[in-house]
Amino acid sequence: MDAVTGQTDAAQANTPNVIEMRKVCTRFGTHSVHTDLDLDVRRGEIFAIVGGSGSGKSTLLREMIMLHRPSSGSIKILGADLQTISEEEAMILRQRWGVMFQHGGLFGTLNVLDNIGLPLREHTRLDDTLINELAAWKLTLSGLKPETGLQYPPELSGGMLKRASLARALAFDPELLFLDEPTAGLDPGGAGGIDTLVRTLHDLYRSTIVIITHDLDLLWQVTDRVAVLGEGKVVGLGSMMELSQMDHPIIRGYFDGPRGRTAQEQAQKLNKE
Amino acid sequence: MQTPLIPADIAQPDPGLFVLTGSWTARAVGDVDRKLVSMSAADAAEVVIDGSHLDTIDSVGVWILQRQLKKIRDKGVSIRLLDWSSHSQKLMEIVEEQIAVPLLQTPQISLLEKIGRKGEAVWKDTFSLLSFIGEAALAFVRIVAHPMRWRVRPTLKYIQIAGFDALPIVGLTSFLLGIVVAYQGADQLRHYGANIFVVDLVGFSMLREFSPLITAIIIAGRSGSAYAAQIGTMVVTEEIDAMRTIGIEPIDLLVLPKIIALAVALPLLTVFSDVTGVLGGMIMARSQLDIGFNEFLVRFGSEIHLPALLIGVGKAFVFAFIIVIIGCYQGFRTKGNADSVGRQTTRSVVQSIFIVIVLDSLFSVIFSMLDL
Repeated sequence: MDAVTGQTDAAQANTPNVIEMRKVCTRFGTHSVHTDLDLDVRRGEIFAIVGGSGSGKSTLLREMIMLHRPSSGSIKILGADLQTISEEEAMILRQRWGVMFQHGGLFGTLNVLDNIGLPLREHTRLDDTLINELAAWKLTLSGLKPETGLQYPPELSGGMLKRASLARALAFDPELLFLDEPTAGLDPGGAGGIDTLVRTLHDLYRSTIVIITHDLDLLWQVTDRVAVLGEGKVVGLGSMMELSQMDHPIIRGYFDGPRGRTAQEQAQKLNKE
Repeated sequence: MQTPLIPADIAQPDPGLFVLTGSWTARAVGDVDRKLVSMSAADAAEVVIDGSHLDTIDSVGVWILQRQLKKIRDKGVSIRLLDWSSHSQKLMEIVEEQIAVPLLQTPQISLLEKIGRKGEAVWKDTFSLLSFIGEAALAFVRIVAHPMRWRVRPTLKYIQIAGFDALPIVGLTSFLLGIVVAYQGADQLRHYGANIFVVDLVGFSMLREFSPLITAIIIAGRSGSAYAAQIGTMVVTEEIDAMRTIGIEPIDLLVLPKIIALAVALPLLTVFSDVTGVLGGMIMARSQLDIGFNEFLVRFGSEIHLPALLIGVGKAFVFAFIIVIIGCYQGFRTKGNADSVGRQTTRSVVQSIFIVIVLDSLFSVIFSMLDL
């Protein structure tokens, strides 16, 4: 176990899974989103969750980060059971993960640098200069120019907002990083940049990364394993290569479209090189 | 479930050796920074950083460490890492490069420049308000020229929302205001045996001043803010842009019907406010000063003449323009986010009430010069 991810936590060191979901059911009124859903995410992998609109990807993410409680079932994150977790433990857990929101979720009244420094300013007693220096570094790490730090979120483009949001998610060097639609709404160049960025961050922090996405290129380029959601369950689980061999109609829908084929050919070409 | 983290610490057994222990992470780094700053490697030619006792180190810890090491390095002392995991070593290298990059500072603005910028902003703001009024006037001219393009339905809807629906609140407020005015007057007038003058007091003050003012203030808070919020939200959701591309002038659809509606509704509301206000005064006059309804109304008819009513209604007509123009203008000024919608809405209410009161006092001066 390496130095960064090896937190002094005996309970979790024993289990290789960072996320364990068991028999999770989610209902909104009479409408059932998840029925007995099981899902494991292993330490250190880049894991993606895919599925059509309305398949409950976003709800699943919200349940993992304690924004929504499932109707029944158990969720364990970094060894902590979310059903029985105390307020204090939840606070610590929140400092061990980072979340990048689809539309940034940056605070409009703070400039980008203050947004990135906010988690540290809120939860530690580090001095202001240090926090600003760290924030400026995280900013460049996520591929933004230093000048961007002094701008306010409404002045930024969609791609810059995502990167700034990612920089904020990195505040505590998270063991677990959630990315919600990191490439949605970006031009191909910007999306490609995110692919590289995700891999760089994974190398640097060795975090486990959970991505919610539709982007086939991102799936082929960076993920270790992918879970396909459908009918309220995980209908397919495995590497993209394995998934492309499976017969389930929902999975075929992902791979058989013209876009699916192009992305696959592209990825195979890259792998050969 | 979670064992507590061992706080970060550092020891210097001899000048050239730093031993790190504990967790050098954001959560456990504590005051080690202060301890670190006091440490120097005065006489050593090389400093060895022993990482073998380190539990874990993250970018905060690395940054704190590198900050001090930079000072040591600048004195010409070389630094060697001992027993560091390859991964932490990589982090150290990246931070070592990064820490040399100076922090970008927010440019400082001098007081004079601040005043200048503020002045420029106010000037531009005034100018764009004037051009917005101009645009609205042009749109009005277009509609007069082509009455077919007048949007009747929205206009009627706005009359209902801003006028009819506001009757209860305007009526109640004016009624209470009439009571207050009569009550305050009654006390003074009784001393002089001039009870009957309460009719003049209530009549003139309500018709000329209070009714138009209180109605305008209520409508500015009620409808002016709604206009700003509606248009502001439409700007944020790009509905205004969509309208322009389809070929609908936003001013035609969103501003003109409101102006026409309020120009009709506000004077009518003011008359209603006159009635309930005087009614309040009448009830107070009977209970406090023994002036019967009949006596009150006879005196009212002989003393209060038409100009008093017309002046009040005329003012309301002007206030209607102010409220709609300011509300819509602030709505169109919204930029980008939800925060801005709130700000512009607040601004619309504050500005329109302020301008209404300023104008009202101007009117008082002008009317007294004209002996009206």
